[in-house]
Amino acid sequence: MSLLEVVNLSKRFGGVVAVDSCSLSVAEGSITGLIGPNGSGKTTVFNLVTGFLPRDGGDIRFKSGSIAGLGPDRIYGLGIGRTFQLARIFPRLTALENMLVPVRRAGLRALMSQGQWGHEKERAMEMLEFMDISQVAGTVGGALSYGQRKLLELAAVMMARPELVLLDEPAGGVNPALLERIAGHIRQLNGQGVTFLLVEHNMSFVMNLCHEVVVMQQGRVIAKGSPRVVRENPAVLDAYLGA
Amino acid sequence: MNRTGAVKAIALVGLAVVALLLPLIAPDPATTNIAVFTAMYVGLATAWNIMGGYTGYISLGHAAFFGLGAYSLALLLAHLNIAPGYGPFLLVPVAGLLAALLAVGIGWIALRTRAATFVIVTIAFMFMCQLLAENLVKVTGGGGGLGLPYPRDWSGDFYNTPYYYAMLLLAVLALGVSWWIRRSKFGLGLLAIRDDEDKALAVGVPTRAFKLTAFVISAALVGMIGAVYAYYVTFIYPQFVFDPLIGISMVLMVFLGGLGTLSGPVVGALLLEPAQLQFAYRFGASKLYLVLYSAVFLVVILLMPRGIVPSARDLIARRRRPRAAGPTGTVTDTRAASITRPLASP
Repeated sequence: MSLLEVVNLSKRFGGVVAVDSCSLSVAEGSITGLIGPNGSGKTTVFNLVTGFLPRDGGDIRFKSGSIAGLGPDRIYGLGIGRTFQLARIFPRLTALENMLVPVRRAGLRALMSQGQWGHEKERAMEMLEFMDISQVAGTVGGALSYGQRKLLELAAVMMARPELVLLDEPAGGVNPALLERIAGHIRQLNGQGVTFLLVEHNMSFVMNLCHEVVVMQQGRVIAKGSPRVVRENPAVLDAYLGA
Repeated sequence: MNRTGAVKAIALVGLAVVALLLPLIAPDPATTNIAVFTAMYVGLATAWNIMGGYTGYISLGHAAFFGLGAYSLALLLAHLNIAPGYGPFLLVPVAGLLAALLAVGIGWIALRTRAATFVIVTIAFMFMCQLLAENLVKVTGGGGGLGLPYPRDWSGDFYNTPYYYAMLLLAVLALGVSWWIRRSKFGLGLLAIRDDEDKALAVGVPTRAFKLTAFVISAALVGMIGAVYAYYVTFIYPQFVFDPLIGISMVLMVFLGGLGTLSGPVVGALLLEPAQLQFAYRFGASKLYLVLYSAVFLVVILLMPRGIVPSARDLIARRRRPRAAGPTGTVTDTRAASITRPLASP
């Protein structure tokens, strides 16, 4: 069953058609890769799905309800988390505070209350330990290394227990050792039932990690299937190597 | 409690005792007059900081709410025929409510913009309010101003005292609200907006609602302070309550003391307002104090650009570090360390 379904999604920026009636689906429990050359519309799809951009046409369905037209905060609340290219964290908040911002609290009373941090802090510390960065819990985000920021961003997104997480270049700019760690964390979280959709240029990372790969070119989906099938698809080879 | 904690507690208690007993210690009107205005700016700066410091949205138009509060009380007293005395103080919350309503309207529009655009939009709204006060002559009396009744049976050394306690009460209220917000999930959301608004939105912070709430709370407090001000000075003119200098003064005090800190606005107001009044008394009604302002700010910008409180915290942290540094050698950015709060200690 598909958790996320994108149907004939379109987005234009002036005369440029960034996403051109794109359709794809993400199966529940899968790690799905979204690949394609630069400018093929992958990040735009992310921004459309997470509500950062209004769509020009088509529909986006999550757990078979339409989420098109909702704002990013509502979409996060429904269970779709995302990370950004080049790891975005809150630089003047500590790592622990970064973890607490995404915690969901309903109602005015809970928002204004002072004394309910106990179990939330506990869970945040567990998550930081899981990512192996609990030693920097009291350090402000701006003082963390790039790798620590990447791990912190992923850890923080998990705080509201999203069912689907969109990762924008999780392997971008990280060293091979950290790459292995990040892949391990994604696999582990996936084992706990979290579904992932990730944009990535590192092909070996994608081919090793993903169950399913979707290939985009010029705003359209040109191929999809298992990593092995996609790798041998002539259209994909064309898109990447040029004909 | 560690040593800094104890020093802090003693300083706080000392400050509270002095503030409470001031009219007894120094009852002459010249001193209590300075105390009224100082308490007023402690409140204004603290209220402004809830929006400008925590959320990072720099409003230079908060004088709009100050003026609206002032005019609201003046008009309420005139139309309801309230006798001067303690009664008018009871209407101060109504002025705050009206300022809050205005803030909902202004915030709804202004908060669609960010950064420099927001600054300019707030200034524009402030001048619009000033123009309205000047031109709605039938309601506001226009440029001729509006008088408020004053209590004739309060006299001599006592006259300023009720106004002083009213201002002090509002300053304490603003501080209490600011303290509460800073430790709540709502406050954490505001700080997240200050750091990276889009990222905050991506992790579920309803940024528009949060920003508007902070703006309205801040405006309501400023409106109430404006109302007490009007009752104190007994005569208000559009350009002296919808006064850009009032709007800028509260901002400068926050920057001097430390943007986004709880105590910074208090420190800034306690230093700057008495100094400014002294300056004005010594050199007459000239605008020379504006020169003093700019001199103070040049020094602050050059020597401690983040304000007194964060700079002082850094200094203390740096002096303590050689003793306290652990073997792990965790990287802690001193520049940002001043922002860590109790919340941060796991």
